[in-house]
Amino acid sequence: MGNLKNNSLKGITRIFALLGGIGLFIMIIAPIWRIELTAPQYPEGLEMTIYSYKVGGQVQIINGLNHYIGMREIHEDDFIEFKVLPYILGALGLLGVAAAIINKKWFFYTWTVLFLLFGILSMVDFYLWLYDYGHNLDPNAAIQVPGMTYQPPLIGFKQLLNFGAYSIPAIGGWIMIATGVILSGLSIYEFKFNKK
Amino acid sequence: MKLNKVSIGLIAVAALWISSCKPKNAAQAVSGDAAQKVYVAPGQLDEFYSFVSGGFSGQVSVYGIPSGRLLKVLPVFSVDPETGYGFSEESKPMLNTSHGFVPWGDEHHLSFSQTNGDYDGRWLFANENNTPRVARLDLKTFTTKEIIEIPNSAGNHSSPFITDNSEYVIAGTRFSVPFDDENGDIPISSYAEKFSGALSFISINPESGKMAIDFQLKTPPVNYDLSHTGKGPSSGWFFFSCYNTEKAYTLLEVNASQRDKDFILAVNWKKIAEMVKAGKGRKVKTKYAHNVMDENTHTATSTIKDEVLVLDIADLKDVCYYIPCPKSPHGSDVDPSGEYIVGSGKLASLIPVFSFSKMQKAIEEKKFEGDFDGIPVLNYEAVLHGEVKKPGLGPLHTEFDANGNAYTSMFVSSEVVKWNLKTLQVIDRQPTFYSTGHLTVAGGDAKTPYGKYLVAWNKITKDRYLPTGPELTQSAQLFDITGEKMQLLLDFPTIGEPHYALMIDAKKIKDQQARIYDINKNNHPYVAKGEKEAKITREGNKVHINMTLIRSHLTPDNIEGIKVGDEVYFHLTNLEQDWDLPHGFTIKGSQNAEVLVLPGETKTIKWQPKTAGIVPFYCTDFCSALHQEMSGYVRVSPAGSSTPLQYGTGDSAPKAAK
Repeated sequence: MGNLKNNSLKGITRIFALLGGIGLFIMIIAPIWRIELTAPQYPEGLEMTIYSYKVGGQVQIINGLNHYIGMREIHEDDFIEFKVLPYILGALGLLGVAAAIINKKWFFYTWTVLFLLFGILSMVDFYLWLYDYGHNLDPNAAIQVPGMTYQPPLIGFKQLLNFGAYSIPAIGGWIMIATGVILSGLSIYEFKFNKK
Repeated sequence: MKLNKVSIGLIAVAALWISSCKPKNAAQAVSGDAAQKVYVAPGQLDEFYSFVSGGFSGQVSVYGIPSGRLLKVLPVFSVDPETGYGFSEESKPMLNTSHGFVPWGDEHHLSFSQTNGDYDGRWLFANENNTPRVARLDLKTFTTKEIIEIPNSAGNHSSPFITDNSEYVIAGTRFSVPFDDENGDIPISSYAEKFSGALSFISINPESGKMAIDFQLKTPPVNYDLSHTGKGPSSGWFFFSCYNTEKAYTLLEVNASQRDKDFILAVNWKKIAEMVKAGKGRKVKTKYAHNVMDENTHTATSTIKDEVLVLDIADLKDVCYYIPCPKSPHGSDVDPSGEYIVGSGKLASLIPVFSFSKMQKAIEEKKFEGDFDGIPVLNYEAVLHGEVKKPGLGPLHTEFDANGNAYTSMFVSSEVVKWNLKTLQVIDRQPTFYSTGHLTVAGGDAKTPYGKYLVAWNKITKDRYLPTGPELTQSAQLFDITGEKMQLLLDFPTIGEPHYALMIDAKKIKDQQARIYDINKNNHPYVAKGEKEAKITREGNKVHINMTLIRSHLTPDNIEGIKVGDEVYFHLTNLEQDWDLPHGFTIKGSQNAEVLVLPGETKTIKWQPKTAGIVPFYCTDFCSALHQEMSGYVRVSPAGSSTPLQYGTGDSAPKAAK
């Protein structure tokens, strides 16, 4: 009996597993990341918003401006991510809900690890895209950027010629970060509790 | 010698004393905190928009108040080479009339659309005096959307005043003339018998704002000057000032100034509108143009209408009454409560204030002095609330604040006078520089005036600015009217010659501004919604170029195969969907203006090359860092040559055969 009990989750963990699962569903539709741009002639700012399934905001205008430095135009169709991300998030969400229902530690740990892997991989993927766009500039472009690199920051602020780029998580991104932190914390908590 | 010195000294003292008696000049009239009150710091916005009639410029200008900064000049009745208004193929129909294309207008007065007697910020109406017309401007885009010509009229001066729920915008004729269906080839001296006045009631569609002449009133021949709507208790009535009740047709200066009293014509338009609905009136043959700009094709169409419904006011019972008003009245203004009607007789030495409730009573009790061509003239004393005694010389126009005060401009004595509507006592008078025509109180013709500021629109400028040769700007003067005394704050120059102007709370306008036109809604027949859609088609000697403009290139920018004698139409689509990014276009030797194309818009400019050769074209609006590179070439070949039609930009540009 004791063994069985040790295998099941604490009430709080089940609640957060459920909330985390729901959070992942929200991430399917909510904006995940935001890149804000300001320049002397753009006091009102320009914004690009990344969703699980699309790029929102003033992409057309940003593409128009980027042609001066020879950056490739950003088009949704060029990213396989937008086609698969909603399904991955949906699957991870379902696993979260399942973790709450099944009430098994091993299942919860597995889910946590999968989620953290997903989080890290998506950030790496995001960085690689930023690197790719920022380093493959058309050498024939009107403006030759010094060092031929124009890479927006993954997170935080960076000045790029006349543009200040500020990259921050949006609602979906914050959900991802919060879920990651909470799940890690709860895993440690559950693990320690198990030992006792 | 000693005596001489003393006497010289005495003379000097006397001279000093005499000169100190001379009244203070304008510079001294400005008090210390005026600069602070008009200072709108860089990056800050004004509190009010002022829409100002452009007079003989034919346009409307927009100023920020209290800074007095010119924000924009809006093309309405005159061609505008700066934007291509009246030059682009799309805008030419806007200036069509029954006389054909008219490139200029004389714009005097403005009205905002109203809801319950207050400005609703949707549309601005503007009159044209010379070739009678009324325009409607959209306050989301600050562009002229519609112009309607007024038949049976000449000199559309008493216009475009509006009813308190924007049911009708009014056009009262300045000149009486024979109606369009009557023989006009008659002696001028038959004025009294054969000429007529016309008051037009233009209905406004409450959703779209579209105008249509619902009916016209045919009246005895006089000159209509100004008018204003009733509101509150007087809602449903309109009050027109009339001069030349002498029916003079020559040397009006003298002959139209003979009678002690002319009239304010009170018209119960609500009752007349009901009569019209019931089928009263007769159709009169005429010709007038109705021009409408389509929002989605960015193209205007002009339709000539041939009929208008006319009611003769002599045939109408109990709807029109003359109020005697001294002497050649200009302003006919209704106070915010709707009870008082102020007539500003430009040759009168007093200002009469009429009472609407007394007028109703006088009508009921039939207190008439007689009739004018069959229309009853009310007894002056019976409708009079009272007179403002010795207000100044040459009262022209009156507006109101929210605290029961009226402000009247004095042309002859060159001042603005503040007085109380109840007591009729003058409270304050301030000199103006010089000779004020109209004045504007913020919201001063609405049911709920904002008060706060008053602007005097002066007719004479002289020494107020650095001189600019014989022709000077017209000067405007801003006053703070929050205190008991009016305080002069600022002079600012204007364009054209402002007559009437309006001030509206900036919040009502600024938050609804369009930043771009949505290119997806662009239904222009020659739009190119992307560079891939740019193309050239030849139809005989007509060549249509669907060209795109985006920072910083035109597509196509190399064009060959154009021939002398061709009629080339550049259909220019601005592909930008970004705020404040117009592109302009012109081509060397063009006998046309440039066109300014706003984001998402398509505009067309016609070009007829006269000689063979290479002809450059370029973007005229400094759009980007590489604006100077935004250019291209047309190769023009002699008429009849076989140069093939080829075009492109960059890699697709035509290459010479090797």
